[in-house]
Amino acid sequence: MERMRLRRDLIGLAPLLALPGWYRPGLAKGRTGGDPLGSPQWPDLRREFVGADAVSFSDRVVVRGPAMAEDAMNVPVMVDARALAAAGVRVRRIRVVVDRNPIRHVLDFEPLRALPVLAFRLRLEQASPVRALVQAQDGRWHVGGVWVQAAGGGCTVAGASRIDGSWSRTLNQVQARLFDSVLEGSRRLRIRIMHPMDTGLVAGIPAFHIDTLELLDAADQPWWRLALREPVSENPLLSFELPRQVAGTLRLRGQDNNGNRIDAAVQA
Amino acid sequence: MKTALRGLLSALTATTLTMNAVPSLAQLATVIPTAGPDAARLDYALRARRLAEGTWVIEGAVDDFRRDNGCNIINTAFIATGAGVVVINTGPSRLYGQQQRRLIEATTAEPVAQVVNLNLHPDYFFGNQAWADQAPQALAGSMAGMAAEGGAYADNLYRLCGDWMRGTEPAPALQAMAPGVQAAGRHRLEWIGLSGHTGDDLVLIDHSTGVAFVGGLVFADRVPTTPHADFDQWLRSLDRLEALHRAGYFRWVVPSHGPVHEGLRGVAQTRDWIQWLARHLRDSAEAGRDLSELLAQPVPARFAGWAAQPAEWRRTLARWYPVYEHRALGAR
Repeated sequence: MERMRLRRDLIGLAPLLALPGWYRPGLAKGRTGGDPLGSPQWPDLRREFVGADAVSFSDRVVVRGPAMAEDAMNVPVMVDARALAAAGVRVRRIRVVVDRNPIRHVLDFEPLRALPVLAFRLRLEQASPVRALVQAQDGRWHVGGVWVQAAGGGCTVAGASRIDGSWSRTLNQVQARLFDSVLEGSRRLRIRIMHPMDTGLVAGIPAFHIDTLELLDAADQPWWRLALREPVSENPLLSFELPRQVAGTLRLRGQDNNGNRIDAAVQA
Repeated sequence: MKTALRGLLSALTATTLTMNAVPSLAQLATVIPTAGPDAARLDYALRARRLAEGTWVIEGAVDDFRRDNGCNIINTAFIATGAGVVVINTGPSRLYGQQQRRLIEATTAEPVAQVVNLNLHPDYFFGNQAWADQAPQALAGSMAGMAAEGGAYADNLYRLCGDWMRGTEPAPALQAMAPGVQAAGRHRLEWIGLSGHTGDDLVLIDHSTGVAFVGGLVFADRVPTTPHADFDQWLRSLDRLEALHRAGYFRWVVPSHGPVHEGLRGVAQTRDWIQWLARHLRDSAEAGRDLSELLAQPVPARFAGWAAQPAEWRRTLARWYPVYEHRALGAR
């Protein structure tokens, strides 16, 4: 009953809340620091996640996400900076941030010997730009992004394995498989790691998430490195693009923020 | 083959099928120009269209939930049997149920005898508040689902439909009904329990008029909804409906979503979609494609013009592709 009343009240407010896009491009250039996605959060994001380094917005950094997030707990995002690499930019790191999430930093990906492409799922608390900040070896940042609409609530509700308690039986279990020729000239490695990825924003459940992850070759040299943060979805499903010549036994190694280890062999 | 078909049908107790008062195709095709829903007055502008003797359908928009269609996208119906009116589905809101009730009372002098929700989805039962004195009926599994998911449906519909939902609270069906044949006045009604669109899909075949109320098992010219689907089971149910049609059990099909039509057009469309969908999801997952890539691909041309495209397709992808992805990675 309480909820019904709240709903009715909210509906009364709907005309005020459904804002007619005051954040849209071009309307507030000064306030958005020239952000092509027109977000007033951009200047602050830039300060926090880029600092004083040079930044430019680039069409060569493609962020693919749904126009509308059907499932705010699992919003599929693919970052593709191959066009940047093709233009001669050497990619050092891809940092993913979400302007309007309570926790804005999603992950940092160092492609190293993999292609600068990464697919994953994230939680979205409300409609927001999702951005890839791509830092080149020379220190400059190239930024791409996309607006994703959402009904919301992705960060502040518990995931399924937390609700039914099953997470403790499967923690850090890994499933992995290589696929040929999804993208031309590469082998795709898809990995799923069982982990509740608690954001710390649900009452009584502290932040508990995979922290670091790397893929090693037989000589213990990394193919790529990844640092994950709270907004990455429960039981992360990650896709990487490896060179065609990758072979032998690979090793996936990492740990969560409680020190639990991830260690799994992957046959290439 | 004939024997096999008889065997299949022997589970049903119906004996004769009289097709009295079946309307002509011309009658069916006549579309009365109607005013659209009026958001200022929260008036759905419901119209009862006569399909057969004592049988009317109240047609919703062939579309997705939207404020400008009042979120009225369902076909509800009623049959004045001579021994009371049977109401099939109660629409997406309290207001719909009230307006539906007034329309039925204005259309026939017979009192209402029975109100039935064909499955657990919100637009099948959210008008039940207006019919509380009639104790709406549904299959037991549907009742449990309505109770479990009603709150989440309400949150979603309030968000999508706004004021049209005013005063609506989920009111699950109050009586469990068992499938079987029911003699109701001049009508011989057969209730059949199937599944696949949801865990419990109730179908009504009126043997007296040859009209089948197939609920969510059959969609026409509109992308099927799949939140509770079991694709294999759904295909089996479509085969069953096709066999019943071929055996002469019904001629007219009233789907919950999409135009009323004659014969197997909707069955064929729905089967085509489910088969394509299941194969596409499996093959894509086996090829290693990511959900974000599938979302960016168009559907085949034969599906592209359907109502609720691409929103309903995207909902299906978000709901089901992860299941196939996990399976392709070896998850049990």
